Amino acid sequence: MTNGNVQLAVLADPTRRAVLELVAERPRSVAEITRALPVTQSAVSQHLKVLREAQLVRAKPKGASNIYHIDPEGLAALRAELDRFWSKTLAAYKAVVEQPQEEP
Amino acid sequence: MSTQATGTSVTHSVVVEAPIERAFKVFTEQFGGFKPREHNLLAVPIAETVFEPRVGGHIYDRGTDGSECRWARVLAYEPPNRLLLSWDISAQWRIEPDPAKTSEWEVRFIAESAQRTRVEIEHRKLERHGQGWEGVRDGVGSERGWPLYLQRYADLIARQG
Repeated sequence: MTNGNVQLAVLADPTRRAVLELVAERPRSVAEITRALPVTQSAVSQHLKVLREAQLVRAKPKGASNIYHIDPEGLAALRAELDRFWSKTLAAYKAVVEQPQEEP
Repeated sequence: MSTQATGTSVTHSVVVEAPIERAFKVFTEQFGGFKPREHNLLAVPIAETVFEPRVGGHIYDRGTDGSECRWARVLAYEPPNRLLLSWDISAQWRIEPDPAKTSEWEVRFIAESAQRTRVEIEHRKLERHGQGWEGVRDGVGSERGWPLYLQRYADLIARQG
């Protein structure tokens, strides 16, 4: 499966989507997510594991527990596209701006 | 020329042999002359690209058939030092009508000497376009329509920005 298909399949589960929505609102711990949902903490942990494997969320250790964030690597493709755009634009700009100027 | 990519931004810079006033003037007045040709969301070739030099203005492409594509809003216009613009193009390379889902790019002009200027571009707040969309798009390919939950996911991520 491609990465996109994995993400699609991962989000088919309504509880998992709810977990992701909570993390998307702001970074949260497993305990905070559990308090907001009618499921057990171990179920939440399991969903977070799947979301992590699909590169949708990322864990940062804080004290004894993890804080879950949205994973910025999800933006890698867009970044690569913009990198190409700006590299080309600036190279072409340099050529234009350094052209000898005609005297008025 | 240098490049730097971090989580939600992309930074590029170039040093040009030109005074800062000229560097700024060429950037804004001749933008269409150096923007990559393939950067075109119109159905027809671009006849001209217009950079409106004022806050509240736009950058827009005008096609050979008269159609227009406004893909950036001018948020700050401070000659000869700084520009701030929006990037109203989604990760699917379509016009994004919701400003909350658009990123921004800042252009800074820094005089290194009387005849030399550093131009820095920081394209940031990329997370507003929605996390993981690109990968998700590749996954669903040409299937008609998006499943509702993916749309909700994208909306949520965008609200986060």
